[in-house]
Amino acid sequence: MTEQVDHRVAAPGRSNLDPAVLAGAESFARTWATAVIGSSYVPMTRAEVAEHLQALTEVLVHALHASPFRTAPGYEIGARLVEAHFTGTDTLGRTVQLLGDDLLGELGIQPDELMRSRLAALQGALAAGYARALRERTLAEQEAIRAAVLDARDQAEAALRASEARFRAMFTEAAIGIGIADIEGRILDVNQALQDMLGFSVEEMRQYNIRDLMHPEDGGSVWRLYDQLTAGECDHYRAEKRFRRADGEQVWTHLTLSLVRDDHGDPQYQVAMIEDVTDRHLLQNRLRYQALHDPLTGLPNRALFLERLGRVFNNRARHRAGLCYLDLDGFKVINDSLGHDIGDQLLVEVGRRLDHSVSGEGKLVARMGGDEFVILVEGSQDTQDIVNVADRVLRELESPIRIGGHELTVSASIGIVERALSGTTAADLMRDADITLYWAKADGKSRWALYNPERNAKEVARFTLSATMPAALERDEFYVDYQPLVRLEDSTVVGVEALVRWQHPEFGRLAPDRFIELAEETGLIVPLGRWVLRKACEQARRWLEEFGDAAPFVSVNLAVRQSRDPELVRDVKRILDECALPPHHLQLELTESAIMGTADEPLEALRALSEMGVRIAIDDFGTGYSNLAYLKHLPVHELKIAGSFMEGLRAADEEDAVDVQIVSTLVQLAHALQLGVTAEGVETPAQAKRLHRIGCDTGQGWFFAKPMKPESIDELLRR
Amino acid sequence: MDSVERPNWAPDDIDLGRPSIARVYDYWLGGAHNFAVDRAVGDKVLADVPVLKSVILNHRAFLRRAVRFMLSQGIRQFLDLGSGIPTVGNVHEIAQSTDPDARVVYVDVDPVAVAHSRAILTGNELVNVLQTDVRDAKQVLESTEVQSLLDFDRPIGVLMVALLHFVPDSDDPHGIVADYRDAIPSGSFLAISHAGYEEGEWDPAWDDAKTTYNRGVSEMTYRRKQEVQALFDGFELVEPGVARLPLWRPESPDDLDENSAHFLSFGAVGRKP
Ligand SMILES: C[S@@+](CC[C@H](N)C(=O)[O-])C[C@H]1O[C@@H](n2cnc3c(N)ncnc32)[C@H](O)[C@@H]1O
Repeated sequence: MTEQVDHRVAAPGRSNLDPAVLAGAESFARTWATAVIGSSYVPMTRAEVAEHLQALTEVLVHALHASPFRTAPGYEIGARLVEAHFTGTDTLGRTVQLLGDDLLGELGIQPDELMRSRLAALQGALAAGYARALRERTLAEQEAIRAAVLDARDQAEAALRASEARFRAMFTEAAIGIGIADIEGRILDVNQALQDMLGFSVEEMRQYNIRDLMHPEDGGSVWRLYDQLTAGECDHYRAEKRFRRADGEQVWTHLTLSLVRDDHGDPQYQVAMIEDVTDRHLLQNRLRYQALHDPLTGLPNRALFLERLGRVFNNRARHRAGLCYLDLDGFKVINDSLGHDIGDQLLVEVGRRLDHSVSGEGKLVARMGGDEFVILVEGSQDTQDIVNVADRVLRELESPIRIGGHELTVSASIGIVERALSGTTAADLMRDADITLYWAKADGKSRWALYNPERNAKEVARFTLSATMPAALERDEFYVDYQPLVRLEDSTVVGVEALVRWQHPEFGRLAPDRFIELAEETGLIVPLGRWVLRKACEQARRWLEEFGDAAPFVSVNLAVRQSRDPELVRDVKRILDECALPPHHLQLELTESAIMGTADEPLEALRALSEMGVRIAIDDFGTGYSNLAYLKHLPVHELKIAGSFMEGLRAADEEDAVDVQIVSTLVQLAHALQLGVTAEGVETPAQAKRLHRIGCDTGQGWFFAKPMKPESIDELLRR
Repeated sequence: MDSVERPNWAPDDIDLGRPSIARVYDYWLGGAHNFAVDRAVGDKVLADVPVLKSVILNHRAFLRRAVRFMLSQGIRQFLDLGSGIPTVGNVHEIAQSTDPDARVVYVDVDPVAVAHSRAILTGNELVNVLQTDVRDAKQVLESTEVQSLLDFDRPIGVLMVALLHFVPDSDDPHGIVADYRDAIPSGSFLAISHAGYEEGEWDPAWDDAKTTYNRGVSEMTYRRKQEVQALFDGFELVEPGVARLPLWRPESPDDLDENSAHFLSFGAVGRKP
């Protein structure tokens, strides 16, 4: 350091001093040390200080006695004190005083005139030397500390400049666009990246206000947040934003806008960091397009269609909408016979034609998968709008499609739903369109069908019924009513027709016409029929027991499917046996179509039954196309003439000659074949009377009795 | 040290209108590395508390004794934290007078103190000066100034002389000391001198001086002997443990007086086992 101190001042001629003087000098130095220690920091131990001061004392002793006498050593001592950092404010004063008071005494020197004046001169020189050295040291230190201040400032400024330069570099070199604007939105500076991104120079950008960069597609939140930010209500926000480039192109960006506040916390600047995500955006768009379109036909796919349909319902900008759900007829055949390649090309062409015939705003053609397409029409006026679309599509598909040398004719079935949006949902619409497409197929294909809520309700009910029927049979929800068959001759009840009913827990009492057909479809008719047969036979047995010869036979309907059941004969026989019922107490009714035009086997069964003694009746005779000649070869005992022929016989005063003629011809025919005749649907006394006159044997109908509980039949018989 | 939040690249403004710890300290030691504002505060405080003069000199003397003690224990490299303005009897002078190859890194947050140190140390290959806040031990220890000069495989003498009373409890002085402790090898030494007193020793007559310094220069935290001792967690204190400053290994009985037992500062040296 500059303050290198050599505190071991050489004491010239030290050895010359006599030991008494030396001891005196040592004692004085100790007193001196005590006087000056503690007023400034001296980097010495107390002993070192004393040693140092003793050396100075010895210099003084020599100086006092020197000849010629010089004051220079005093000056020197003053300087050495400062050098050793005896710089405390009272160091000099104490030293000078101590020299005057104690030095001569301690050294054993006679305080004569000469010595006094020499001492005074040395004191003066010491003071001068000390003062001068202290001033120099002080000035040097002051200068040093000022220089240090300047250095430090330079350093700080350099650091600041470096950091500014760093920030500047960051701003200019950043790959992300950065712009700074004042709080009114005036653009102050933009970096190179932002200039490149938007295609404007700084000078051009400075002409703009942030608000000039508004884009029509900006989300509302972008500018709402902007207002909040400039108002100081929020400190930063992120947004997706589009900008229009100088060349008119679009740039998609991620924008982060931050507010810079001044020292008082007031909004001062805004800094925008803008990242160009156009490529990413376009890629996303492409991926999205791919995700939402059918690669084969290029049409929107199911996902996009459902999204759009969902949007129609969410926006409710329109009041109505319609769907055509379309499916090619017989596509599978084409695919299977001509190959998938042809099938695919066919689908492409169909897609093209659909798209072509259904163009315009608010309409969307989508491929749902396979050969299913759907057309969405937003904002339809009424159902006719959609029907027109469907007609156009069907027409468009009429002309043959030529693919690889094949000329293919395709047709399509279309389910149409069109309705007001309120009160329905996208899922409802889809489901109903799907059902309706099925109707169009069921109704014969190559057509459209319109959704019809009643039809749907019916089908739903049918479905429900057929689904619940097996359980109903197990739970005994079915029961049998009986309708008397009355001999016209004497009004005797000769037989009863067993009519099955379903006490449905939900729909109430159901007549056979509601469920027999369903049971036929599902095959449940076989166990159900067997159950009815057993019920009826058990009942017939009870009547036989109570009424003996007067007991009625039971007439049980046999469905087509039952008549073809190979177990039929065995079933009937077992039931008769188990009920111990003579076979002639049972009559089986079959429809014309069940008997005629059947293969041999069922006929065999009927013969067997007939031989067993069971009566066979043809139900609803006259409504089918019976081969009358064939009739005589059949094992039949009774014809039941359909109620529809009774119409003309109904009125009391007048009769329909044709109907009368038909019925009497049928009766004659039957009698010629030795068959009995039962007239169904007899509702008035006039009918009963006329039928009797015509020669009909038996009557059945409301005129005589409605179907009733077996107990009521009991009462009738007892009368 | 009153703008801890400032990032490192932007040093404090050099505000000569405000006294600095280092310059007021220099003034009290008898130096002239100071300005009128420093001297004004220094005089004012001293007028209220005359004993302060000896307290200050004692801290500096403790530094000398502690360094000499460490030298006697074989320590040849020193990390002087809060080194202040170089005056007379600096650490490298003491150390290099024993071993010319001794190394010293001075660390201070005061840019003027650091600039002055640099100015007088240019050319001394064995001394480095670093301007950093010592509270950030990691930054100090990882600095080039420290890493290029000190060998962390050999014991190091860490000096915190008249420093930690400028670190309030909220800055966790204990944790700061521990950070340095964990970085230095076993056999290293730590010296701390610290302003403080025991229960009941404070003289209300000093209140004004305390306020003047706290407001005008820097907030100080006076600690009890117990608290100073706690700073040596993980060290073994050398004799006589934490002591009133003059009583820590005095060089001469003459250096002691009737005030020594109630001296307003503590000092101690510990060895990392
Ligand atoms: C009273 S001086 C002591 C100087 C020296 N250690 C001595 O004993 O002579 C305290 C020094 O610590 C410095 N100082 C205070 N807090 C500091 C911190 N957090 N980081 C670095 N230096 C600090 C001050 O700038 C000042 O120079």
